[in-house]
Amino acid sequence: MKDFEYFAPKTVEEALPLLSQYKGEAKIVAGGQSMLVLMRQGLLAPEYVVDIKGISALDYMTYDERLGLKIGALTTHRTIEKSPIIQKHFKVLSEMETNLATIQTRNWGTIGGNLCHGDPAGDPGPVLMVLDAKLKLKSLSGERTVAMEGFSKDILEVDLEPDEMLIEIQVPVPRSHTGVAHEKLMVMQGDAGIVGAAVSITLKPGNGICEDARIVVSNAASIPLRAKEAERCLIGKKINGDHLTEAGEVASKEASPPSDVHGSEEYRREMIKVFVKRAANKALERAKER
Amino acid sequence: MKGEPKELRLRVNGKVYELKVKPKALLNDVLRKDLKLTGVKRGCLESTCGVCTVILDGKAVRSCSILALQANGHEVTTIEGLAQGDKLHPVQQAFVDHGAIECGFCIPGRVMMAKALLDENPKPSREEVKLAMQGVLCADVGYVKQIEAVEIAAEKMQGGE
Repeated sequence: MKDFEYFAPKTVEEALPLLSQYKGEAKIVAGGQSMLVLMRQGLLAPEYVVDIKGISALDYMTYDERLGLKIGALTTHRTIEKSPIIQKHFKVLSEMETNLATIQTRNWGTIGGNLCHGDPAGDPGPVLMVLDAKLKLKSLSGERTVAMEGFSKDILEVDLEPDEMLIEIQVPVPRSHTGVAHEKLMVMQGDAGIVGAAVSITLKPGNGICEDARIVVSNAASIPLRAKEAERCLIGKKINGDHLTEAGEVASKEASPPSDVHGSEEYRREMIKVFVKRAANKALERAKER
Repeated sequence: MKGEPKELRLRVNGKVYELKVKPKALLNDVLRKDLKLTGVKRGCLESTCGVCTVILDGKAVRSCSILALQANGHEVTTIEGLAQGDKLHPVQQAFVDHGAIECGFCIPGRVMMAKALLDENPKPSREEVKLAMQGVLCADVGYVKQIEAVEIAAEKMQGGE
């Protein structure tokens, strides 16, 4: 690993001037669970590292029936997984975290670090996209809030200016009769998904017709991919097994999955069919229960 | 200045250390090279194998995936900190008694993983033991005896031994 200059601000107010001063040459590290691997491999060699892990004010979770869920960017994966608030109101987030890496990684890695790393194989991004989450970003010149959908720009690239940092993840309360599920293909629990699928389905009370659907697949393109055509296979329908199969097939066509040591493009396309259908089926069952 | 050593204050196995380390030093480097705690192993350096696992503020973490300076002001427990004098920790004793050790390379990480699990969850189900223990990979002995050893240790710790 190359040498760098190190700063460990204890507050956001201390961190922002550093990012502004070393714009472009500084890199933020939170838990570093992904970033240190890149630095050791020489893929990343920042001149300055701003370690924000010690900013304890960004480690929080609040829930309000009107305002929804707010998660501080430095909340660890393990805290989210184990949180009674999450388990009660956003079970899918807890389920997703349980399958994310190992306990050691979840103990130190943060939700904000994961999102800003921008790995198209990441799990939180797709789930937060179907939940219609927003991200609060801050720099010395101000604050802006962006949709999680659109935050990823390319492999390991996100919509974050060099002087900006992610502060908070905001998740609205899902509409009634909404079910959300996440499924991924792993050789061993905790592996990065060879492919993954997050699905949200909202049913119309009374007649059970699908009012809204969101489908996002991971490791299926250079960013977490919203499969809008596949969503249209479900919206407006009284969903049955054929619709779910069709949604999987359409999502598979929309995707442009990579070919690598974990799976060929062809294999991934087949698995997208399976996992979209599986997640959609689970989301549908959950929507019916609500 | 780039690479300039920074002060690090660390409590390891109950003892406070104050030293200067390069920013790029990993927690694993400092434990092994500076503090000579070589029971902490160094495996893949890619967050894959987990043999470098130590306990930081009560939670199992991978010492190869944390900058030493990130542990500044925190408390670390390594395998060296478990035994009390000649008396092994119940997890260590269970591994010995149950024949759960072969080459031994992954065992320190594995024991730390098991200790962190039992501290947090004194009566884990077999499934919970498996999920925790898969955070450390073993290349030879297989996992069955190790899972059983953790269960034996859990029982002993419940019995107050």
